[in-house]
Amino acid sequence: MSEPGAGKRAPPIREEFINPAITSGELGVAERPLFWFERLRNNEAARKAFILAVLALAWEVYARWLDNDLTFPTLTQTLEAFWEATARGPLLDRVLTSLKVLSMGYGAGIALAAVLTTVAVTTRIGTDLLSTLTAMFNPLPAIALLPLALLWFGLGIPSLVFVIIHSVLWAVALNTHTGFLAVPDTLRMAGRNVGLSGLRYVALILIPAAFPSILAGLKIGWAFAWRTLIAAELVFGVSSRSGGLGWYIYENRNQLETANVFAGLLAVIVIGLVVESVIFRTIERHSVRKWGMQR
Amino acid sequence: MRLVEPLLHVDGVTLQYKTRDHLVTATYKVSFEVHVADRFVLLGPSGCGKSTLLKGIAGFMHPVEGEIRLNGRRVERPGPDRMMVFQEFDQLLPWKTVRQNVMFPMLRSGRFARREAGARADLFIDKVKLGKFADVHPHMLSGGMKQRVAIARALAMGPAVLLMDEPFAALDALTRREMQEELLQLWDEARFTVIFVTHSIEEAILVGSRILVLSPHPGRVKAELNAHHFGLGAQGSAEFQALDRKIHDMLFAERRPGASGV
Repeated sequence: MSEPGAGKRAPPIREEFINPAITSGELGVAERPLFWFERLRNNEAARKAFILAVLALAWEVYARWLDNDLTFPTLTQTLEAFWEATARGPLLDRVLTSLKVLSMGYGAGIALAAVLTTVAVTTRIGTDLLSTLTAMFNPLPAIALLPLALLWFGLGIPSLVFVIIHSVLWAVALNTHTGFLAVPDTLRMAGRNVGLSGLRYVALILIPAAFPSILAGLKIGWAFAWRTLIAAELVFGVSSRSGGLGWYIYENRNQLETANVFAGLLAVIVIGLVVESVIFRTIERHSVRKWGMQR
Repeated sequence: MRLVEPLLHVDGVTLQYKTRDHLVTATYKVSFEVHVADRFVLLGPSGCGKSTLLKGIAGFMHPVEGEIRLNGRRVERPGPDRMMVFQEFDQLLPWKTVRQNVMFPMLRSGRFARREAGARADLFIDKVKLGKFADVHPHMLSGGMKQRVAIARALAMGPAVLLMDEPFAALDALTRREMQEELLQLWDEARFTVIFVTHSIEEAILVGSRILVLSPHPGRVKAELNAHHFGLGAQGSAEFQALDRKIHDMLFAERRPGASGV
């Protein structure tokens, strides 16, 4: 029910007013520096360091409570073994061997992905080829190809590089191609308007415009490659002199040097963290974040 | 005999594009001529193919019938002699600063050396009043500023004709007004040739010197009118209102077949 006379309802007429300009002295705090604890809480590195400290503490406490060196050494024992193996033992050597193989496979995988996506983005049959191949091979675990690789390339680096390429190629190609497809039409036309075509168009417009996706692909590819390599090296229990990190872990487990096994795992984690939070983070800060394409 | 040869001929142009399950005729046998220093407006309701027509002139689409000639040469592909300003704000390259964005076409087309391109970029960035923002990336700019950069980028290239596809449509009303005035000021200084697409009658009369009115589905030429005598201050005048009314009725009559013109 509407009130009587609602059809002719009108607001009251009020006085007009214009405020005089405020002198700056009357205003409150317009800006003040943050206190140190406010700044610390805004610092991502500090927050992450805190999480790591809590995890380390939990590990130490649990291991001491369990009190069994053979199955679960304490953090201090692991760090000791880590230090020992790095300074005097073979750990550094093993890490370098692994990283060498990894960079070969990673580089080759990215190069192949670049060729494949360029073909895919310039021709329609190339698009079909890429989508068919990725649909076939992306779900296939790289490690499942290791027996075949051993048959084809024998024991040694070529087999490892082969499985790493397989683990990198499809993830990077798929992400890059998805990124290319998502480049807005306006940006494409702005590029073609300048007269760009072919490879120059791909290099100057598509690649930077799709860079967030490409970077995501590179990150996934890196993680796949690292995982695959360590797993492949665990299987590869043969040429121990030139073995990598995976082999180091396997070897020490056989000798029941559990602290060394943990040290090896710690090395795997630390390398993963460094690559993610130093290398990729730096690339991100100087590219997609600076360009406002990612927060 | 003609005294002045037109810069651009659009000659009986029919443009079609395919959607997923339709073949759409966007414009049907459209003809017009654009002269040097024209502010030529393509005006019409949505669906009259004005943006498609502009894409045809830019070289992104090929006519199925008729031809488009710039300086007597047939338009085959996109090129920096027809720099385009789009409606969307994402036409700037996000990975380049304002200055690098303005320099990009000049360097890529090879028409200017790096030093000259830099000097021209600074000049045109100043002209659109963005001198303070030259080294900023586009994501830090407002919509109006992004459009200013796009205009500076297009003008710095010194194109034969500047193509503008509803460049101010996504801006708020106050900024749009400001941008219209600035465009007219820029034109007054440099007297470039511009083809401007809009669906606002008021904007067409304000910005344009000559207005091509298009009717929709498919786009055909309805009329070509003069608006060169209206300056910035003319908006409230009776003459301005009359032209506004005239165009409005033209487009409105089209939408209601059978209705009387006035």
